[in-house]
Amino acid sequence: MSDVATRKGFRDNAALGNNGANSVNTRALSPIEAYRANFRHQPAGPEWLQSLRAQGMDRFEALGFPTTKNEDWHFTSVAPIAERMFHVARTSEAGISSEGSTAGIVARADLERFTFGQPAWHTLVFVNGEFSPDLSSCAGAGEKVRVNSLAKAVRSGIGRPERHLGKIAAFNRHAFTALNTAFIQDGALVELQADAVVDQPIHLIFVSEGEGEAVSHPRNLIVAAQNSRATIIESYVSIRDNCYFTNAVTEISLGEGARVDHYKIQRESEKAFHVGTTQIRQERDSQLHSFSFAVGGSLARTNIYTSLAGAAASCTLNGLYLADGVQHIDNQTVIEHIAPNCPSHEVYKGVLDGRSHGVFNGKVYVHPEAQKTDGKQSNNNLLLSPTARVDTKPQLEIFADDVKCTHGATVGRLDEVAMFYLNSRGIGRETARILLTYAFAADVLETIELQSMKEELEKMVLSRFAGSGT
Amino acid sequence: MGPNGSGKSTLAQVLAGNPSYQVTQGTVTYDGQNLLELDPEVRAQNGIFLAFQYPVEIPGVSNAYFLRSAYNEIRKAKGMEEVDPLEFLDLVEEKLKLVDMDESMLSRSVNQGFSGGEKKRNEIFQMAVLAPRLAILDETDSGLDIDALRIVAQGVNTLRSPENATIVVTHYQRLLNYIVPDFVHVLSNGRIVKSGGKELALELEEKGYDWLQNVDAGAGAAA
Repeated sequence: MSDVATRKGFRDNAALGNNGANSVNTRALSPIEAYRANFRHQPAGPEWLQSLRAQGMDRFEALGFPTTKNEDWHFTSVAPIAERMFHVARTSEAGISSEGSTAGIVARADLERFTFGQPAWHTLVFVNGEFSPDLSSCAGAGEKVRVNSLAKAVRSGIGRPERHLGKIAAFNRHAFTALNTAFIQDGALVELQADAVVDQPIHLIFVSEGEGEAVSHPRNLIVAAQNSRATIIESYVSIRDNCYFTNAVTEISLGEGARVDHYKIQRESEKAFHVGTTQIRQERDSQLHSFSFAVGGSLARTNIYTSLAGAAASCTLNGLYLADGVQHIDNQTVIEHIAPNCPSHEVYKGVLDGRSHGVFNGKVYVHPEAQKTDGKQSNNNLLLSPTARVDTKPQLEIFADDVKCTHGATVGRLDEVAMFYLNSRGIGRETARILLTYAFAADVLETIELQSMKEELEKMVLSRFAGSGT
Repeated sequence: MGPNGSGKSTLAQVLAGNPSYQVTQGTVTYDGQNLLELDPEVRAQNGIFLAFQYPVEIPGVSNAYFLRSAYNEIRKAKGMEEVDPLEFLDLVEEKLKLVDMDESMLSRSVNQGFSGGEKKRNEIFQMAVLAPRLAILDETDSGLDIDALRIVAQGVNTLRSPENATIVVTHYQRLLNYIVPDFVHVLSNGRIVKSGGKELALELEEKGYDWLQNVDAGAGAAA
């Protein structure tokens, strides 16, 4: 927090005129100033959006990039992001004011390996944060369901996203969420009317592609009215091994009795930076089933924050992260028990190889009114090399007196007794290592209800382990 | 046979190649090869099998996958083609009956949640599928009730043939009512102190291991 004043100072001293991008000498700018410059030059939108973005920008400048002194970022230094001058990734110059054209940048065939071989799914593709109608197929989700690009919804006023946008994701507290809010352009808008049931999953694919160090700020909004039901998948991918920065925010509003199964599949380039926040608000009897799968990025952080605001709302937050080489993969979850009688279950597993660094920070916060809370949280890690590292911090903060909460974390290596057992049956060390590592990871994949997703992730995990030596 | 701490399990582990044991002297010759120079998986591929005293639980790996991998590794080592899951299923069906286990066990994780008896039967089932030339049963009778003991013994007896050998490690004569040995060797302090036929086991049962403290170790080389 101590650096707030200095960061704010940049803004006042900014060597920025109002004469447009051409006159800006980028060498004289600090990265935060550069964000401000980019902020000024983004395409205009309706007044409410301009105002929301401005609040985001102000807040981002006030907060600055978090440092490791910030408790939530203690094990993750974002210096590699903070020190870089990313330019705003754009596929079409016009941005929010017109339909983007991504023709020629990404071809349908490039996406095949990311679509899980599911042509029947409703697929929305975003290239560098911008919706690509050419690559998407999202018609026929149902009468009570609207699946749209946020930019289009903003332009046309359909669905009135202003009712929810920025209301769930706490940009006042989280710098990256504030930054995303400052640059809201596009993303997915999924609206489920009361009792709507979407049979096929809705798959949002965010492809980063292009030259230079670009940043995109996808912003998604999912509004599930009472008793509606849907499965939403967010995939973050790249076709080439580029260096770029994805700073994504998804807001989910779950009405009474609504259920959303949310999968986040982070498969960014291993040179990329990824910060993704999913923030959810749950009303009475709603159910959230979240699975976070993270394998990509050189520095990646996934936040899943949910508030159990209505009685008997429930959530399952599971995750698997696999890191190798010099990857740094951080997972943070917060479950806020605000209302009584809410169960929350959480299992995160990590497999760290090479010189990678994994982080799990899971907070379960039980408010005084949240009696009869039933919270279970665990985090298990497997270190495959002597130089891999994990920091795990399961946290329980309980202010109610009639609750049942457990949490725990483990860090271990491959079980040598099990290794010998497999060897003694003729299975060599390398195969045994793959088998044991896979087994460790597979049991959290078992919790995935979407069968096709489960099988694809199993394959992905297996091939990843098979490809790396000890 | 031998009293607690005489080195029976150590011998079994060393023969199978457990890396936690370091052999400081001596040799083990198997099929003209120095067994001690081979990695445990190579020993297994050459027909050695250890039925564990405490079979290991491996959550997340199904018995079917585990055993098929083992079976195929051994086939590969012999230059034979691997079998696919369906062929493998046909092959193991009969072996399951031998140890009175249900096919549903194949989809369960290796030994996870198995009772003591089930774990031991699973060891014999694996032995039946992998068809070793030298099987070492390390205290397979410990912790078994009489019915399980019968099933295990019956399995071992069925698999017995002139082409293979079995070393049964036990400290009770009870198992030998069901598995009749050709030879009995008695270990004490890491050495074979007495060898004989099946009647030696009965004599031991009657006189106790104390009796052997006074017996001079004869030619005490390992088998």
